[in-house]
Amino acid sequence: MTHGDLIALLPLLVIAGTAIVVMLAIAVRRSHAAAAAFTAVGLASAFACLFVAAPLAPHDVTPLIRMDSSALFYVGLILAGSIAVVFLSYGYYSRQPNGRPEELYILIAIAALGSATLVSASHFASLFLGLEILSVSLYGMVAYERNLKTSVEAGVKYLVLAAASASFLLFGMAVVYFELGTMEFEKMATAAERPDVAASIVAIGLVLILVGIGFKLALVPFHMWTPDVYEGASAPVAAFVATVSKGAMFALLLRYFHQAGARHNTALLLVLTTIAVASMFAGNLLALLQNNVKRILAYSSIAHLGYLIVAFEAGGDMAGFAVAFYLVAYFATMLAAFGVVAVLSTPGNDLGNLQSYRGLFWRRPVITGVFTVMLLSLAGIPLTAGFVAKFYIVAAGASALLWLLVFSLVVTSAIGLFYYLRMIVALYSHVPERMAAGSTPLMQGGSLSLVWTLSALAAVVIALGCYPSPVLRLIQIMLIGSV
Amino acid sequence: MILAWLIIILLAAGVLAAIAARWSAPLARSISLIATSLDLALILGIWVRYASEIRFGTSSPWLEQLDWTWIPQFGIHFHLALDGLSLLLLALTFFLGALSVLCSWTEITENVGFFHLNLLWILAGIAGVFLALDLFLFYFAWELMLVPMYFLIALWGHERRIYAAIKFFLFTQLSGLLMLVAILALYFLHHESTGAYTFDYEQLLHTPLSARAAFWIMLGFFAAFAVKLPLFPLHTWLPDAHTEAPTAGSVILAGLLLKTGAYGMIRFIVPLFPDAAQEFAPVAMVLGAAGIIYGAVMAFSQHDLKRLVAYTSVSHLGFAVLGVFSWNELALQGAVMTMLCHGVSTGALFMLTGEIQERIHTRELGRMGGLWTTAPRLSGAGLYFALASLGLPGLGDFIGEFLVLLGTYRAHPILAIVASIGVLAATLYALRLVQRAFHGPNENSWAISDLVPREGIIIGLTAASLLWLGLYPQPILNTFRPALHALETIVQLHR
Repeated sequence: MTHGDLIALLPLLVIAGTAIVVMLAIAVRRSHAAAAAFTAVGLASAFACLFVAAPLAPHDVTPLIRMDSSALFYVGLILAGSIAVVFLSYGYYSRQPNGRPEELYILIAIAALGSATLVSASHFASLFLGLEILSVSLYGMVAYERNLKTSVEAGVKYLVLAAASASFLLFGMAVVYFELGTMEFEKMATAAERPDVAASIVAIGLVLILVGIGFKLALVPFHMWTPDVYEGASAPVAAFVATVSKGAMFALLLRYFHQAGARHNTALLLVLTTIAVASMFAGNLLALLQNNVKRILAYSSIAHLGYLIVAFEAGGDMAGFAVAFYLVAYFATMLAAFGVVAVLSTPGNDLGNLQSYRGLFWRRPVITGVFTVMLLSLAGIPLTAGFVAKFYIVAAGASALLWLLVFSLVVTSAIGLFYYLRMIVALYSHVPERMAAGSTPLMQGGSLSLVWTLSALAAVVIALGCYPSPVLRLIQIMLIGSV
Repeated sequence: MILAWLIIILLAAGVLAAIAARWSAPLARSISLIATSLDLALILGIWVRYASEIRFGTSSPWLEQLDWTWIPQFGIHFHLALDGLSLLLLALTFFLGALSVLCSWTEITENVGFFHLNLLWILAGIAGVFLALDLFLFYFAWELMLVPMYFLIALWGHERRIYAAIKFFLFTQLSGLLMLVAILALYFLHHESTGAYTFDYEQLLHTPLSARAAFWIMLGFFAAFAVKLPLFPLHTWLPDAHTEAPTAGSVILAGLLLKTGAYGMIRFIVPLFPDAAQEFAPVAMVLGAAGIIYGAVMAFSQHDLKRLVAYTSVSHLGFAVLGVFSWNELALQGAVMTMLCHGVSTGALFMLTGEIQERIHTRELGRMGGLWTTAPRLSGAGLYFALASLGLPGLGDFIGEFLVLLGTYRAHPILAIVASIGVLAATLYALRLVQRAFHGPNENSWAISDLVPREGIIIGLTAASLLWLGLYPQPILNTFRPALHALETIVQLHR
């Protein structure tokens, strides 16, 4: 390893170091505040290291990792998301005086490391390594409330399904390797053009890989675990699963299919179209039947990943920008939506039932305002980030003439509005006094960490909705060389 | 810059009102009233300032313009422009806006701040629609109207408000998304032929399109505007939404929101796709004529006073469609006059209905009757606006419908004849309304208070403006004629 390699790898090294430091710190003295602070500072310095590594990009660190500008961008996004989750967790768990939340921060740091490895992978080995680092720490995070049946159930469910999907992924990789003789993304593109390669076998391998990725992204028909895991996990962890883990996986999908030239495989595109349409419809239709806020958000996230596939299929520069912007908007919105749930809940007793949100506006107007903005952003209404993001996706789809996908998006967005509006109406409806008194007590106040995180996220969502230019420019600068 | 202020004032006052309501509800109401009146004063000021330009014409069709770069990556500009047509529609917007603040003064007692926030933001969205010259901005404003309107119906409406609100939202949102797809298709086709990414209206005007593409894109726009207008048979959201909305909501829906549909047809559909629009005109006109008859017949058979007035809108806006798609000078002028007068007269009818409902707590025509004996001023106003609605010469609506019929007769005599049957049917529903509600014996022995001064002012202002529109419409016609003329020139260049 050269000096340059180390500098390019610095962000990942700092994240790994953070996990170790936090672990040692807990061994020395158990302190919730210290653990959270160490993690936040560690992740923030990893973020700062991105700027140190940036001048070197693109830089190959061994054949496994390629730190190019898109990798740097997505690592930055993952770090920002993870830091938000750290703040949310701190506010959420500080309400539980006797809990032992410190180890959660180690897991968050390790999961962030796995995600960062995923988005900078350029080789099957590093892909799998990153995926497993991420998954294994997520098992622990989902089942962190070990005294709760639902939490443990969610953890086990996630473990079994993720393990199954990982085996699909491995098998797919093996098939592709068998036919192409290489595990490096870049070499696959050239290898696939050799005359002796059977395209059908490569396609089978790719579809198997897609199954593995589909599980992680919770695309239909691999979505079954999502609502249960979101419901069982604590709100900050659910936020992490919904954003960082899925975002990293999607960035990897984009990277792999672009670098390995697999995007031109028609069979695969057909499969992807089917999956996207099914995800958009199933996510939005099933959300209509739910009465639990966390489950609604779960189905909503399924639909949102379906929208992302539309841009993914469109291909080209515009699709890369659209996906990147959409992920930024989606991260901020989903994190804040789960943040609202976290503010209103106590550990082990998350406020899920839509009934307990009725008339929230009359008791907690500011939190309700933030929640409303997030729901409108998820629905794609103007003045919020979600609108510009959805607009970008439709634009990408229309530019590639993917009319079936674009119209599915339009129709399902309209269906989706239905449940977002139902939630918003519930928030603002009048509740008779005696009913309000009998409902689940809401946490009053909220720690500064939660309040500040939510305000920052709400500001981001509104700023992106009103004046997205600076972020769009940043994305174009970051991605123009690599996508 | 003044154009941006028109919108900023409303947005800012909405937030202020929401905050102020924490201490005092009357303060919130006053803030909204001041904001809408200020905007009205500003727009009237512009009217006076540009009186001579309007009269003698200028080099550019726009009286005021504002063009800021907004999202350069997509070629999106914050581009607002005002011509005579927008000017009059904006004046209507702020006039009805101020009146709807006044008419909800005592009706809305719960959560006053949030109510006024929504009210003012709807008005801001509507003003944006009438001013936007960038199709992205137009869509942005178009969507901005919806959410607060949804809240207005869902939170302060009557019995079946949730159902009505959701129906309204789904209809308008779905059709709006179709328009978004159409806008994007136009955007990319423009890029293909010229190499420039732009949403600017004036540049998109000259996009060469194949006949097929133009037709489909036109249909996307048409879907959004036809639902808003509403054109038969896409009107089914309207009776529910109008009936269940609070009075201010009904006034804004009928008086302003519907006009955005007709405005879109005049400003966007025909100039952007002249040939496709010409090809499609027979279909649109037949639907418009069908709507005139259908709306009138349905209005005649309603028992709910608000629902009755709601159906008259379907009928009146049918005239606007006939006028727009006949696309000759007379018919177009008639369409715009119909839009303006319908806004005032139907707005006034909804406010009267609201005042009646506030007093007797029912909208059932069957439970009314004999109100004239106990509230003569209110009943007299009812008669006045019902007559305006049926198209009595001397009041505004007559001018609009008459011009539309004249213009349509040149293009399609048969449709003009069918439409005039609609005028006849209007007489039936309007007189039935007056007879059932105000005349006859006072069987339920209603004893209600007559108009209070605040209501008197509302009714007086609307009645006077209708009289003005009916007796001396020339200043109005002079104001929007150059704008229409510019649009006609654009279309002629294309064809």
